[in-house]
Amino acid sequence: MNSDHINGVSSDPLPPAGDLLVIISHGPHGSSLLREGLDMALVAAAFGRRVSLLFMGQGCWALHPGQGAGALGQKGAHATLAMLEMYDIDQLMVEAAGFEQLGLEVADCQLPISVVDNVTVQAVVTSHQLVMNF
Amino acid sequence: MRYGILLLGAPYSSQAAHSAQRFARAVIAGGHQLDSVFFYHDGVYNASRLSAPPLDEPHLVDGWIELHREHGVQLDVCIAAALRRGLMDQEQAERHGKQGCSVEPPFQLTGLGQLVDLGLRCDRLVTFAP
Repeated sequence: MNSDHINGVSSDPLPPAGDLLVIISHGPHGSSLLREGLDMALVAAAFGRRVSLLFMGQGCWALHPGQGAGALGQKGAHATLAMLEMYDIDQLMVEAAGFEQLGLEVADCQLPISVVDNVTVQAVVTSHQLVMNF
Repeated sequence: MRYGILLLGAPYSSQAAHSAQRFARAVIAGGHQLDSVFFYHDGVYNASRLSAPPLDEPHLVDGWIELHREHGVQLDVCIAAALRRGLMDQEQAERHGKQGCSVEPPFQLTGLGQLVDLGLRCDRLVTFAP
């Protein structure tokens, strides 16, 4: 494991590494997957694990501000997203393709994030010991 | 090799639980170690003690219990996902003022920390989702 290679900047040749990578690829509403993915990240961080988050496809919507409760009465995930920094989870990435497809821009996002391309996504997946998909 | 299983699918709704159980048996038959099955999301329904499928269908809940008895596989259930879906042990039933409980040992209610630990401890964590 490349445990020494911790970098939050996407232009850096070394991808972020860590114990756990949580991939969010489902939209914020309509299922509990975003909430569960974030719970997983927070719990792991609370246990002292180094956690990174990668948003892909529809999951990128999670970063878009101004979302209220969904049709199922599910709470918005913004409060939880805002807590990530407190738990020292600062490796936040979005997949460029998903972002582009949804017409989102970094400036629109609720949190500071790195945009990563496909090649980096592959490197990020291999640089984490455990990968969980939500 | 040390294996862990993460099961996200309810029994009988999809192939996930069947496949997970067959995979568990295959892992053990292959001489590997299966530490634990972690039940999360709708997978927590696999821990329902009241499950009563028709007699000519495999009894998945009993299947998990047999796996525990025969091979010591831990059966861990996410407590938050379980409580939301009406699955609780005696202790939780008392705590929430409910008349009965729907989960009994060897299934144990536990937290997500256990899942993180399982994933990092094992050589392979294999997910079965609907």
